[in-house]
Amino acid sequence: MSDWTTGTVLAAAIAAGQTTAKATIEACLTRIETLNPKLNAFTAVTAERARIRAAAVDADIASGLPPGPLAGVPFAVKNLIDIAGITTVAGSKINRTYPPAASDAPLVQRLEAAGAILVGALNMGEYAYDFTGENAHDGNCRNPHDTARMTGGSSSGSGSAVGGGLVPITLGSDTNGSIRVPASFNGVFGLKPTYGRLTRAGSFPFVSSLDHLGPLCRSVSDLAVTYDAMQGADPNDPVCTGQIDPIMPLLDNGIAGLRVAKAGGFFRAGAAAEALIALDSIAAALGAEAEVEIPDTTIARSAAYIITATEGAALHLPRLRSCPDDFDPDVRDRLLAGALIPAAAVTQAQKFRRLYRQRVLALFDSVDAILAPATPCVAPKIGQRTFVLDGTEMPVRPNIGLYTQPISFIGLPVIAVPVPTAIGMPIGVQIIAPPWREDIAFRIARALEVSGAVRTLTPKL
Amino acid sequence: MDDKELDALIDIGAKIYGFNVKPDWRAAVKMHLTICLGHAETVLAAAISDHVDPAPVFRA
Repeated sequence: MSDWTTGTVLAAAIAAGQTTAKATIEACLTRIETLNPKLNAFTAVTAERARIRAAAVDADIASGLPPGPLAGVPFAVKNLIDIAGITTVAGSKINRTYPPAASDAPLVQRLEAAGAILVGALNMGEYAYDFTGENAHDGNCRNPHDTARMTGGSSSGSGSAVGGGLVPITLGSDTNGSIRVPASFNGVFGLKPTYGRLTRAGSFPFVSSLDHLGPLCRSVSDLAVTYDAMQGADPNDPVCTGQIDPIMPLLDNGIAGLRVAKAGGFFRAGAAAEALIALDSIAAALGAEAEVEIPDTTIARSAAYIITATEGAALHLPRLRSCPDDFDPDVRDRLLAGALIPAAAVTQAQKFRRLYRQRVLALFDSVDAILAPATPCVAPKIGQRTFVLDGTEMPVRPNIGLYTQPISFIGLPVIAVPVPTAIGMPIGVQIIAPPWREDIAFRIARALEVSGAVRTLTPKL
Repeated sequence: MDDKELDALIDIGAKIYGFNVKPDWRAAVKMHLTICLGHAETVLAAAISDHVDPAPVFRA
């Protein structure tokens, strides 16, 4: 097994006795120890817990118990997801004073029930209000393809750890693009499911109206198995519907008959050449010639921005009052500004959300999936404060999620797929499907993976 | 909004909410506030029927 072996291949090898969970976990822990100083992806490593769990998986296999679909596969979670016995810091300094989590988050429990083995918690932008991967408390997370560049955020460690081959599977959260942006910058697959699909219980919130959890992986099969293992109802998340639609039986159904179009207008304006070349190459691989205009995207992005800024500010108001110096300054200053937005704009934004949903769903009468860039450019340099989009110099931090924000605003399922570029850095393309139709995005991602149009790279570290 | 008006909004907001905006934070807060107010203007200018329900998270 190499450092780049995918989770499903690893699980099959472990189940077949070609290797053991113990050997897999030891190799994983060694790689983390070796590479984490370069990438700063992990903030906690649960080595002892992982070793105990690996022994249990090996014992189950030896005694003939059926191994789960992820038997012995290491995974790690963004540090806003609860791990029993560890404080859920959510990228902050402030939360370090909070008591350790009493139990694992349900998604961690479900992955371990499928045989996966948790090896640690991952770096992230403070309180998930970040697209860069920079963090004033834990240090900046680094891109495995060029450690001078951003990982993207806020699921920075989730992207870097998978992109660097430290673990095959991670979990992240996505409020406005925080799974899809790191997937794009680190060259991995990322799934933001339909809003309400996966439980968010046991995770530190950011913007309840928009928060999602989901996986990042190095293959579509890993993404599908992980996703299937995590579906299910949870009364502790009022948003989670409990709708279960397993993907694995449909994964290889092909894409014959699917109508795929590229998003035009807003989603092309401002994109760098690499983003457009990637989008066009994916569209060509799918024979997708049609272009659709998603209506009112500018308003949608503004509405998502307003809801994020105000809900985030309201959530953190007690901490902004009591310990403002303990925030990451880049996050604190945005939260303070968000508190000052007029309330009428928030209600109007929520009204527009319903209207926009109706308008976008109407588009799906004529297409089954829409392609759009995941990010306007490849990963910027760490510390870069501005970039030029559509001829205008703009701050990096609020604008990297330009193309992801209008999609998560109405909870559509999206898979970000990795595309190599001529300049050596990867970039992602979003495959956007109608609500509850993750299967469409998965079938397209799978077809692209099989054709070689999308793939993860193996950076030299 | 001009610079003076932004300062006034920050000052009154800080008073209402009971937080402090230190002098060396003010420029960044002002920059983000300007971006936020621009987005608010876009949203408030959208034509939306009186009969459209807001879509926050709630199920009775």
